[in-house]
Amino acid sequence: MSKKLLALTGNDAAAYAMKQINPDVVAAYPITPQTSLMEKFAQFVADGEINTEVVLVESEHSAMSACVGASCAGARVMTATSSQGLALMWEIVYIASSYRLPIVMPLVNRALSGPINIHCDHGDAMGIRDSGWIQLWAENAQEVYDNLLQAIRIAENSDVLLPVVVNYDGFIISHAIENMYIYDAEEVKKFVGEYKPKYTLLDPKKPTTFGGFDLPDYYFEHRRQMAAAMSGSAKVIADVGKEFSKICGREYKFTEGYKLEDAEIVIVALGSTVGTARAVVDELREKGVKAGILKIRVFRPFPEEEIAGLLKDRKAVAVLDRADALNAVGGPLFDEVRGALYKKSNAPVVNYIYGLGGRDMGLAEINKVYGDLAEIAKSGRVANLVTYLGVRD
Amino acid sequence: MANLKELNKRKELLTGGHRMCAGCASPIIIRQMGLSQEVPLVVGSATGCLEVSTTPNPFTAWNSSFVHCAFENSAATVSGVEAAYRSLKRRGKVKDELRFVALGGDGGTYDIGLQSLSGMLERGPRILYLCYNNEAYMNTGVQRSGATPMGTQTTTAPVGKESIGKKQFPKDLTAIAVAHRIPFAAQASPSHWNDLITKSQKALSVDGPAFMNVLSPCPLGWGYSSEKTIEIAKLAVDTCFWPLFEVENGATWKLSYKPAAKKPITDYLKAQVRFRHLLRPENTAVVEAIQKRVDDDWAALCKRCGVEG
Repeated sequence: MSKKLLALTGNDAAAYAMKQINPDVVAAYPITPQTSLMEKFAQFVADGEINTEVVLVESEHSAMSACVGASCAGARVMTATSSQGLALMWEIVYIASSYRLPIVMPLVNRALSGPINIHCDHGDAMGIRDSGWIQLWAENAQEVYDNLLQAIRIAENSDVLLPVVVNYDGFIISHAIENMYIYDAEEVKKFVGEYKPKYTLLDPKKPTTFGGFDLPDYYFEHRRQMAAAMSGSAKVIADVGKEFSKICGREYKFTEGYKLEDAEIVIVALGSTVGTARAVVDELREKGVKAGILKIRVFRPFPEEEIAGLLKDRKAVAVLDRADALNAVGGPLFDEVRGALYKKSNAPVVNYIYGLGGRDMGLAEINKVYGDLAEIAKSGRVANLVTYLGVRD
Repeated sequence: MANLKELNKRKELLTGGHRMCAGCASPIIIRQMGLSQEVPLVVGSATGCLEVSTTPNPFTAWNSSFVHCAFENSAATVSGVEAAYRSLKRRGKVKDELRFVALGGDGGTYDIGLQSLSGMLERGPRILYLCYNNEAYMNTGVQRSGATPMGTQTTTAPVGKESIGKKQFPKDLTAIAVAHRIPFAAQASPSHWNDLITKSQKALSVDGPAFMNVLSPCPLGWGYSSEKTIEIAKLAVDTCFWPLFEVENGATWKLSYKPAAKKPITDYLKAQVRFRHLLRPENTAVVEAIQKRVDDDWAALCKRCGVEG
């Protein structure tokens, strides 16, 4: 497979993916830290490298609305946003999935106001976790690019027809330069293929109504169909991952373990923190500590059985949440991982809320988590179920 | 000018059997607008009476393609449709010639959808935005909007011991649209069907955005019997409460109709339950204020159009 090694930021990587996808329509509005992605993409269009129709709307609400309109018209459609932008488009995010529109959106994760903050956390993505969008998560720029290419195929599969959000950490991934591979444009074009919508607004011989009014006699069935599509998407995500391995040389799955096989103490995390944790695990392994990582790549649909299978026999597990559910219980990922383990495992599971608003999550913080896990593994006792990591009390 | 004989041969945009109230002006307006075209239309609408009544799943009353997304984003949604059309045409995937119409009631246009509308008018896609203006939130039960006339009884600005109904005059949305210097903006009324159809023809033939603000009498919300819709609309025009005009490129103002004898505003007010309280002696000053606003606006409009008031 021909590929080219480039030094790119995460946003550049997303822009490259979008360029190679060459969507029919992109509608977007600027927000930090998404901006450099759309700037780069706009330059590709300005230079005539691609001829996507770009709609530069006056708000994210209109961005997602235009995406819905364009997708109902049978176009392959993308947008990108962060934080408040996603919050503003929230109403239409739900409409996009309920109309079964395969829109793909990079979400450059940023903390939600308030207080206003522009740095990384996952509160924005967690806000749409129940919206019917498939959620992929990237650890680095390479995965941003790879996930976006796969997202198109997943979303547009006729057994799925749900929108996909590709998450990556604001600044930490979006603005850091990494070495990564870009694949041959023709090969990517062949992989993503052509979108052939079943219904479109633009065929006057077959007029179609989108967005009709559901009374109690239809709404429930429509929602039930969405649930079925979300469940059914699991097979498609796996198939696309396999097919994509021919291009990228590795297979993308729902989760990825790092030194997980014989690990006794395990951290579960999303996004760039996994990369930092790898370094900590390497150090601990040298000291003979059986530490490992379970990275979640696909958060929706939630791979419950796979997670339960991978975690059930560990001595202690820590779920890291870069978002707080403010439910007086724990973070959103923690809740779901604990749910997955219910009646399947006696392993103690604790939760760390970390990195809110871009607070650093360094080697020291992750070392502390593994230290706590080692203690729990030894004593079998959990002193703190939920810990706010690296915060001044 | 539209020709009735020719219009008769054209396909209607809405089927019979839609669920709008008897006497509602909005389906009349939509059908008149639709008759202006032989090129197929793609229509989008904001949430509202028209949308819920014409598309109860699994039925649709639309003979054209139709999309509804949400309340405040008719203009943005249809912008997306139109962008897809241009892109797919360029890429050889769509061959047909189509025209695009975004609809909204006054709530979806004057209030919650104003930003989306302004964005569309500024960006300049070839879309006709038509506001069917029934001057309140009728779908939710006659609440006041930015289009509701001063002194109107509404459910959220009710008449009471301390209240004459809505205290404020409506915003001049047509002028706001004109200020975007779009190729075509107009006010119309279903009572003047030929004018409405001719304006729709113009609006859909310009190479850019067009805006039409069309008065849409509502028997339920305005309080008159349903056979009087066209009569009420005509009274609004003949009192100069709802003047008919068009503006090209934000600059060339043209009066479409001048009543032979301008009727007093009381003729319009007394025909509707929503204004009935204004005719009580203690509200004389309110009626005078409304008449003065009508007179001033009419004089200013005539001046802009170069017509003697």
